[in-house]
Amino acid sequence: MGYTLDFSVVWHAMPALLWGCVGTLGLALAGMTLAMMIGVAGVAARDSKAAWLRALVIGFVETVRNTPFLVQIFFLFFALPLVGLKLNPTVTAIIALGVNGGAYAIEIIRGGVQSIHKGQVEAGYALGLHQGQVFRFIVLKPALRAIYPSLTGQFIMLTLTSSICSAVSAYELTSVAQRIESDTFRSFEVYFSVTFLYLAISWLLMLGFAVISHRFFSYPTR
Amino acid sequence: MAPHFGLPEFGFLLRGLQWTMLLTLVAFAGGCTAGLAVALLRTCGHKGVEWITRIYIGIFQGTPLLLQLFVVYYGLALTGLKLDAFVAVAIGFTVNASAFLGEIWRGAIQAVPRGQTEAAMALGLHYSSRMRDIVLPQAIRISLPATIGYLVQLIKGTSLAAIVGFIELARAGQIVSNQTFQPLLVFGVVGAMYFILCWPLSWWGSRMEARLALANQR
Repeated sequence: MGYTLDFSVVWHAMPALLWGCVGTLGLALAGMTLAMMIGVAGVAARDSKAAWLRALVIGFVETVRNTPFLVQIFFLFFALPLVGLKLNPTVTAIIALGVNGGAYAIEIIRGGVQSIHKGQVEAGYALGLHQGQVFRFIVLKPALRAIYPSLTGQFIMLTLTSSICSAVSAYELTSVAQRIESDTFRSFEVYFSVTFLYLAISWLLMLGFAVISHRFFSYPTR
Repeated sequence: MAPHFGLPEFGFLLRGLQWTMLLTLVAFAGGCTAGLAVALLRTCGHKGVEWITRIYIGIFQGTPLLLQLFVVYYGLALTGLKLDAFVAVAIGFTVNASAFLGEIWRGAIQAVPRGQTEAAMALGLHYSSRMRDIVLPQAIRISLPATIGYLVQLIKGTSLAAIVGFIELARAGQIVSNQTFQPLLVFGVVGAMYFILCWPLSWWGSRMEARLALANQR
């Protein structure tokens, strides 16, 4: 008996799937915000004078980067209630994404900070710029420009990784897809279509980031 | 009465670890072969072929590994072939690896100075000899840190086979966790096992990257 593909179930479920996309983007955005906070704090701690603090940050980064996200989210899922945080799965997922992304953000931001030479700042003062201008034009903008590609790439990675949060049934695209699949038994059709929804999301993000980069970070040519 | 986490449970996790390693090895071997083909097609000089491989790579880079796995897993089921779960997920990871390794090696092939290719052409070498004897040996050297980086990604990625039900390390951890009600201990041990597998590779990769960067400075 042959199997006939039937994509109409996907079409009927499209509103739910699009809400799933919104959920995915929200999850990724919240996770990335947390990741950036961990990243900035981590960079400060990574170069602090206290050796134990430096070791702690290095240990954190290596642990996160060398274990699977699935295991991390399971661990947090059971660990957070033990420290008194009874959270719903979506908030747990945001924390897991933030912790995971934070480890990568530490490395990225640290690279950006290190890319600014002291001599550049001194040259800025020598040209008569005041402190605010030096920070804005000589430190912040070039540092952001340097880390922008990795940071936005990291955001897209985080968006794709957030699909794993369906394992703790957080509200996002993949868990919506799993619910539709179990209602309709059209596994292939549902997952095939959802894969392309993810592709659309990451291509739109890439396009958006390119536009922002062109607007804010391109070198003046005139 | 739930069993405590003891030697039998630890042994079960170790067997899961074996499956993780086997799955990684099979996918990496398959991915290397197919990835080489992807990289060569991506740099073959024919515009149409290059575009197709570019889109192929873009699809795998722009979608979640979990969904790729679902599509391959359920897609293979539709073909009517009765495949073992291991074979199905191994195919899924192999396809993913072919795209990522293909892109890494594409970059490495293009990073080999053009003069090398031109000199080989001037010597009258054919495409196959030019690639095999001149370009690829240098490209492999350049690509080694990134290739090792992808291998670590792959080891971590195989944990997603747990979600389609294949019993590797992460799934074994879920099972033991459900039996013993000691999730923190179990997932701690599971995480440590992944770490022991991945960390030496990561360390080796970044050391090689640093040495390569130093060599390029001179």
